[in-house]
Amino acid sequence: MNYNISINNLSKSYGDVPALKEINLNIESGELFGLIGPDGAGKTTLFRLLATLLVPDSGSATLCGFEMVKEYKHIRNILGYMPGKFSLYQDLTVLENLNFFATVFNTRIEDNMDMIHDIWVQIEPFKNRMAGKLSGGMKQKLALCCALIHQPKVLLLDEPTTGVDAVSRSEFWQMLKGLKAKGITIVVATPYMDEANLCERVALMQSGEILSLDSPSGIIANFEKDLYSIEANDTYQLLLDLRAYPFVNSVFLFGQSVHYTDVRNDVLLPDLKEYLKFKGQNNIEITQITAGIEDCFMALSQQNTVQE
Amino acid sequence: MNSDKKVISVRNLFKKFGSFTANDDLSFDVYKGEIFGFLGANGAGKTTAMKILCGLSYPTSGEIMVAGLDVYKQREELKRNIGYMSQKFSLYEDLTVFENIRFYAGIYGMSSKEIKSKSDDLLKKLDLVHVRNKRIGELPLGWKQKLAFSVAIFHNPEIVFLDEPTGGVDPVTRRQFWDLIYEASRNGITVFVTTHYMDEAEYCNRVSIMVDGRIEALDTPEGLKNKYDAKDMDEVFLQLARTSTYQE
Repeated sequence: MNYNISINNLSKSYGDVPALKEINLNIESGELFGLIGPDGAGKTTLFRLLATLLVPDSGSATLCGFEMVKEYKHIRNILGYMPGKFSLYQDLTVLENLNFFATVFNTRIEDNMDMIHDIWVQIEPFKNRMAGKLSGGMKQKLALCCALIHQPKVLLLDEPTTGVDAVSRSEFWQMLKGLKAKGITIVVATPYMDEANLCERVALMQSGEILSLDSPSGIIANFEKDLYSIEANDTYQLLLDLRAYPFVNSVFLFGQSVHYTDVRNDVLLPDLKEYLKFKGQNNIEITQITAGIEDCFMALSQQNTVQE
Repeated sequence: MNSDKKVISVRNLFKKFGSFTANDDLSFDVYKGEIFGFLGANGAGKTTAMKILCGLSYPTSGEIMVAGLDVYKQREELKRNIGYMSQKFSLYEDLTVFENIRFYAGIYGMSSKEIKSKSDDLLKKLDLVHVRNKRIGELPLGWKQKLAFSVAIFHNPEIVFLDEPTGGVDPVTRRQFWDLIYEASRNGITVFVTTHYMDEAEYCNRVSIMVDGRIEALDTPEGLKNKYDAKDMDEVFLQLARTSTYQE
């Protein structure tokens, strides 16, 4: 298999704090790959290493065949990187920022318009506005244009949708699909579990480790327990009652219902329902459901904590 | 859970910046002990309204009472009766856990004795006793967020304002955070919260959705889902927010 990004036993610590623990990962050419995990999972450290902005403590990685440390100059030419923090020049205009990044890569906006056109048309009306005066969604579009202006082969996006509202988030993923169609390898980090479903494969990360690596459907298929969605009149009390149930394995709030797993292989639903009735719950509804990525993530992260 | 006592009462709130109307005729009430979700797209006017309710900014016009106090004339008293947790982590990273609690409680005029006993209880509850004298900067984000919330309600305010309290937090900790919110609500503290996680919108008793400076919808999550024939709040939000006509 010809991998576009190949990572072997990559580790990085900051002082005594390990940020990344012997990560192994291969990403194929043209893949839309997701790094899913909360703050502190190691996503940003992994990106900074791949973007040749940090040197690893041990391990190695190659991007498009170039070795991360020795051939960093080659990598920088083929890589687009959008950091989590807005890093464009606030006191330059939209157009000046884009021009700046084009010039740094020794190219011109006109020569690369085909690459950014679909995104650029959305911010062009504001091209003379200072970048610092743009709204969150617009800043993000400009940052994406700047990361794409030198026609990179690999695009690293560090939490592009954090703090962004649901509408802009769904627009952003539409743009990523368009870029994938152009053959760019995209690695995107996000704390939103629902965005995992939009990737071809994902790595669920926590505390510097990969908990699971698979397609979203593969991760879901590996959920071992029977999962039940339970609803009743008082959701918070339901949560407390289920936690006190002797056979509880896990119980988590999900919107107006609670997701429940049992330590027993065969859950005695009538027994559980009786218990909840005894506790004073009304209108109890128990349905068996298929796990989502968030269920899987929480189950894996709890297993991981227990092992530690 | 909810009583009839109004803790926030807003009538015809307008806030204009020059020719731009950030809050366009808002009217709503929030009741004691209620968890009220204040949703809207980026730029819809949520932060502007929240600042006014916290006594940090004057409205252009409208009648607004918070915790029984007038936002024009009783701002200082108002600030003492509310708690606020900002989107940006607001505890002091280079002070210890206990020093942060003491600092904020001191600002709200609590006595040293009260601070001592209440903080012991709090640290036990949050399971933070072993890091009492550690600098906040060394703690994981999830712990910090739970502590920041607890500090915001340490002086037992009537209402607490939470501005995107769970951004970037892992899914388990996010739910632990909501446990704290439910508990506060049970103890009679009104919770006014903004979030971009639509599953969290469903944890609220009632939800308002702002579009272009106006409140376009306000109901229970169940009521909104029925009205917009949506399977979840995400769909409700997308339907409403897409009607935005703002040209940046």
